[in-house]
Amino acid sequence: MEELIKILKDLHPDVDFDTCETLIDDKILDSFDIVSVISEINEEFDVVIPAEEIIPENFNSAKALYALIKKIEDED
Amino acid sequence: MNMQQRNVMEYLDKTVLQYPDKVAFSNGDIKSDLTFAELYKSSRAIGSLLSIRGYYAEPVVVFMKKHPNAVSAFFGCVYGGCYYVPIDEEMPKFRTELILQTLKPRVMICDEETAELSRGMDYDGEVILYDEAIKTAIDDQRLGKIRDEQIDTDPIYIVFTSGSTGIPKGVVACHRSVIDYIENLSEVLEFNHETRFANQTPLYFDACLKELYPTLKFGATTVIVPKQLFMFPVKLVEFLNEHKVNTVCWVVSALTMISSFKTFEKVKPEYLDNIAFGSEVFPIKQLNIWREALPNAGFTNLYGPTEATGMCCYFKVDREFDLDDTVPIGGPFRNTRILLLNEKNELCKDGEEGEICVVGTSLTMGYYKNFEKTREVFVQNPLNDLYPELIYRTGDIGKRNSRGELCFVSRKDYQIKHMGHRIELGEIEVNVNNIEGIRHCCCVYDKEKDKIRLFYSGDIETGEVITVLKDKLPRYMIPNKVEKLDRLPLTANGKIDRKKLASM
Repeated sequence: MEELIKILKDLHPDVDFDTCETLIDDKILDSFDIVSVISEINEEFDVVIPAEEIIPENFNSAKALYALIKKIEDED
Repeated sequence: MNMQQRNVMEYLDKTVLQYPDKVAFSNGDIKSDLTFAELYKSSRAIGSLLSIRGYYAEPVVVFMKKHPNAVSAFFGCVYGGCYYVPIDEEMPKFRTELILQTLKPRVMICDEETAELSRGMDYDGEVILYDEAIKTAIDDQRLGKIRDEQIDTDPIYIVFTSGSTGIPKGVVACHRSVIDYIENLSEVLEFNHETRFANQTPLYFDACLKELYPTLKFGATTVIVPKQLFMFPVKLVEFLNEHKVNTVCWVVSALTMISSFKTFEKVKPEYLDNIAFGSEVFPIKQLNIWREALPNAGFTNLYGPTEATGMCCYFKVDREFDLDDTVPIGGPFRNTRILLLNEKNELCKDGEEGEICVVGTSLTMGYYKNFEKTREVFVQNPLNDLYPELIYRTGDIGKRNSRGELCFVSRKDYQIKHMGHRIELGEIEVNVNNIEGIRHCCCVYDKEKDKIRLFYSGDIETGEVITVLKDKLPRYMIPNKVEKLDRLPLTANGKIDRKKLASM
């Protein structure tokens, strides 16, 4: 989780990713961020997020995103 | 090209007779759809109101959310003989106010939400509510008189682009250059009444001309894609299919967002067969994924500066490219000439690099209230010492390949293209330098990763720098990586060493 928070903090140091659950709804993340985050997750966790998982629900909070990473890791 | 046409709204005047009940602009929500008849009526009502209230031949700020109604407001300004200046709701207040200071507009058209926001602005002109404005009784006589008096060099819009001094520059475009552009773009991309566009680009840039005016000209349809969908590739493609979109003119990053996540393994665009892209270099790997997914679609690379009314060159992808190739920008539209000038202001020889300069009707009028900047780049053709002939110096360096096709090489200065937006790194630096606690700063662009990197020294934390910048600059100009250094590296001449920073 810490690594993920760091990836997100690098993009938006002013956001509290531990608590924020409206990253998409409140337009905190934009399309550039999504692309960056997915590529960094790929490097850091060696996890490829498939296109069908790139949906608002999975990106609204660091927690949801982390759960997605874990889910994909478990499937492998 | 129809030589009789003097006014862009003649497109709508004709089309409304042919396709009154067809949807012209939509945002995917049926309640928001505007048919040509509705568009014609509402924009003429707005034009009438502007005229009745005494506004004429002056800037009208359109401050509305991205919605078919905003398009109707644009056309209303043109019917009223004024020129529209689109302002975005997501633009930071600071930047909006810089633009308002330049314009000193007397009137602004808002929707309910933005009217609220406008109250917090340093603006004391009139605010017209869109929903009220469209109730105005149309005054055919007034509108007819305005039309008769207008000439084709009258302005129709101003769009603001990044300025290296920190102040955005307003590019003024007139009927004649837009008509020239739309006629020639339409010929190249073969638009017709069955064209269904999906609009991606913001309405506050010239890029949306590609959809707006061909829609009027042909009685086509434009679906404005909700911005959020550009984060979610599968949903985006499903949206295109749901709305039977067959044509897109998008920035490269919007297209690669789809291809790079293997979206096509899940869902493919079913109707899309005409794909134009521009503003950035299309990585060949991504282009190949697209071509493989849509083998029967046409792909066209477009190139052009805002100062030449959008796009002025095109290249139809007609062959395979190696992974390290770049897609050429090809050659100019009809009625536009490109000069490639070397440092001696002579035409480049084969393969020689030089500045891409544009000549022709497509040139805009220049920068609003900024004769000095205008004169720097709209200059006398150095090859012509016989009579006045303006060229626009783009600042882009290009060369011709062995096939004679024009290719983009680099920029002459610190202007970059990031997520399809044109940005002066200098504008970011000016704003950083203005922050209390900053000693020195420098912005570099990491082309490979498409990231803006900011380096600075001073007594302020990185998070705070970003927080302050978010109030000053539009989202796409916020550096993607901010690094604090004890001191910035200098060159032997004592200048900030950009090369060294770029390699850090």
